[in-house]
Amino acid sequence: MSSSTPVPVAPENRITRPAGPVVIEIEGVTKLYRMGSEIIHALRGVSLNIRRNEYLAIMGPSGSGKSTLMNMLGCLDTPTAGRYEFSGKNVATMVDDELADIRNREIGFVFQTFNLLPRSTALNNVELPLIYAGYSPSVRRQKALQALENVGLANRVHHKPNELSGGQRQRVAIARALVNNPSIILADEPTGNLDSKTGVEIMALFEQLYEQGNTIIVVTHEEDIARHARRIVRLRDGLIESDGPV
Amino acid sequence: MLITEIFKMAFSSLGANKLRSSLTMTGITIGVFSVIGVMTAVTALRGSIETGLSFLGTNMFQFAKYPTGIQDNGRNRRKYDIRRNVTLAQAMRYKQLMEGVSDVICLKVFSQDDDLPQAVYENRKSSPAITFGGSNEYFIDANQYTIDLGRNISPEDVELGRPVVVIGQGILQKLFPAETPLGKMIKISGRTYTVVGTFAEKGTSFGQSQDDIAIVPITRFLSDYGANRFTINIATQAPSQLVYNDTVDKAITAMRIVRGLKPEDENDFELYSNDSLVAAFAKVADAVAAGSFVISGIALLAAGVGIMNIMLVSVTERTKEIGIRKSIGARRTSILSQFLIESVAISLMGGLAGILLGVLVGNIVASMLKASMVFPWDWAMIGIFVCSGIGVGFGFYPAWKAARLDPIEALRFE
Repeated sequence: MSSSTPVPVAPENRITRPAGPVVIEIEGVTKLYRMGSEIIHALRGVSLNIRRNEYLAIMGPSGSGKSTLMNMLGCLDTPTAGRYEFSGKNVATMVDDELADIRNREIGFVFQTFNLLPRSTALNNVELPLIYAGYSPSVRRQKALQALENVGLANRVHHKPNELSGGQRQRVAIARALVNNPSIILADEPTGNLDSKTGVEIMALFEQLYEQGNTIIVVTHEEDIARHARRIVRLRDGLIESDGPV
Repeated sequence: MLITEIFKMAFSSLGANKLRSSLTMTGITIGVFSVIGVMTAVTALRGSIETGLSFLGTNMFQFAKYPTGIQDNGRNRRKYDIRRNVTLAQAMRYKQLMEGVSDVICLKVFSQDDDLPQAVYENRKSSPAITFGGSNEYFIDANQYTIDLGRNISPEDVELGRPVVVIGQGILQKLFPAETPLGKMIKISGRTYTVVGTFAEKGTSFGQSQDDIAIVPITRFLSDYGANRFTINIATQAPSQLVYNDTVDKAITAMRIVRGLKPEDENDFELYSNDSLVAAFAKVADAVAAGSFVISGIALLAAGVGIMNIMLVSVTERTKEIGIRKSIGARRTSILSQFLIESVAISLMGGLAGILLGVLVGNIVASMLKASMVFPWDWAMIGIFVCSGIGVGFGFYPAWKAARLDPIEALRFE
């Protein structure tokens, strides 16, 4: 393991950074799906504010609307009704390409299954958001190398995903999420496909990123993982059940 | 700048499916090959017809019972069959009428193909089915031959019907490999002729040797083989390009007189010139080109469907990749152009291969017919243009489908 692998921090030694301005503002958001003749109320009116520098966990059993909320937060989807503002911009009424631009500049995704392009090297995978952002090749390379170094993979940049371990793949994905300096990092079950030891390492990396000033939202159904955050939002049946500090 | 990156992405995924991509390209290659090959051959032949071939000499035109060597079958053929032959008497009268208008008038008559004339000297034989005909001193002008050894057919030979012959290099080499032919007696179709001269080598035209030729005085030819069996072709040379049209007009009038036509009668003879030969060839070439257009059109359509099919498969296979790209901020146009570039690249590369192959094979065919090599830039450009069109046309729906994928659904795809 690389020397920059973060060491897990004991809960009592964790610091909580002061929260900054509101970055996500959700009010009365609902989402309906039509499944055959049945209408599914995935979200029944959710209101939520997320500030810069927060470390937030969204929890809930399956069917609670957790995934729908995450897709909404990640600007992959728009609400049926309600207000959603991202950095003061109304996302709810945005069209596809505008949402794509928000995802590119403001959001860094980390997925349970890593979602790396299998034929591309770690470096190329991390460069991808910068390509769509329109950076020049030299700037891209420099930024991507820096991001890979930040997650402790400086010596694995030319490896393809199948030449990397699960933990390393997830760190490539985190580097990709960080590389365009997004407003929030949105992680969906980031440890779901990892063994518990690697999972701990990844959560330590999130802790480090949080301390460096990143805003992190983790969606999980595991209590252990959620406890790494500073604030937990619990969903049940499409409504927020509780919202408070850990 | 983004577009160069999208190009790289498209080519890298084509490279990842080399077999599939090249099989799909093959369809386009075949379609383009067929039309470019034919057009190359036709262009090469047309070029050599317009420059080198020149059936007739400069400023010459010819009257004949039948139209040019272009095959007419059935009903059309009969229409010409029922015409009266052009007789020697008519031809001589024509020559007389044209005195002062044109001095170079070549009368010529050839044995029919099914006579299979062959020249024999002692125990040596020429190749079978030589070109054997009767003519006068102007044969060399009208058909662009030159005398190598000995002399040409003279007016006296024609007047007296002397049994003399001028032979081509093809016959010379077979019959007289090591001795002079001049003064030797050779037999053609059972008659004996004295060789008085040889033609210089002329090479082949359309795969047919122009050197397996023997020409005797026209009067001798007709008396030896029956004057009634043959129709005479009359080639006339205008003194200059300036008076060419004028000469043609006067010649037609003279022909009508010797044929005894009334003013209301149509011409019962054909007029042709280098121009009309070229035009007749162009007619055939256009028909061949049209045929190859239809065939390659069908091939390209099938290939286009193949491209669309393979691109649809590719989009489905790469749903996850599309989801990933969209989740990190790829716009619809980026996805659309990535897939469009792939299909256009397949189509263009297939097209380029087809163009190269077509030019190669077309030129091989052309060179077998002794035409000079050409690179048909215009057809190559059209080919490239059409292939791009096919790539865009048949690639658009799959690319559009990819661009419109819902990122959530696409990410969930396994």
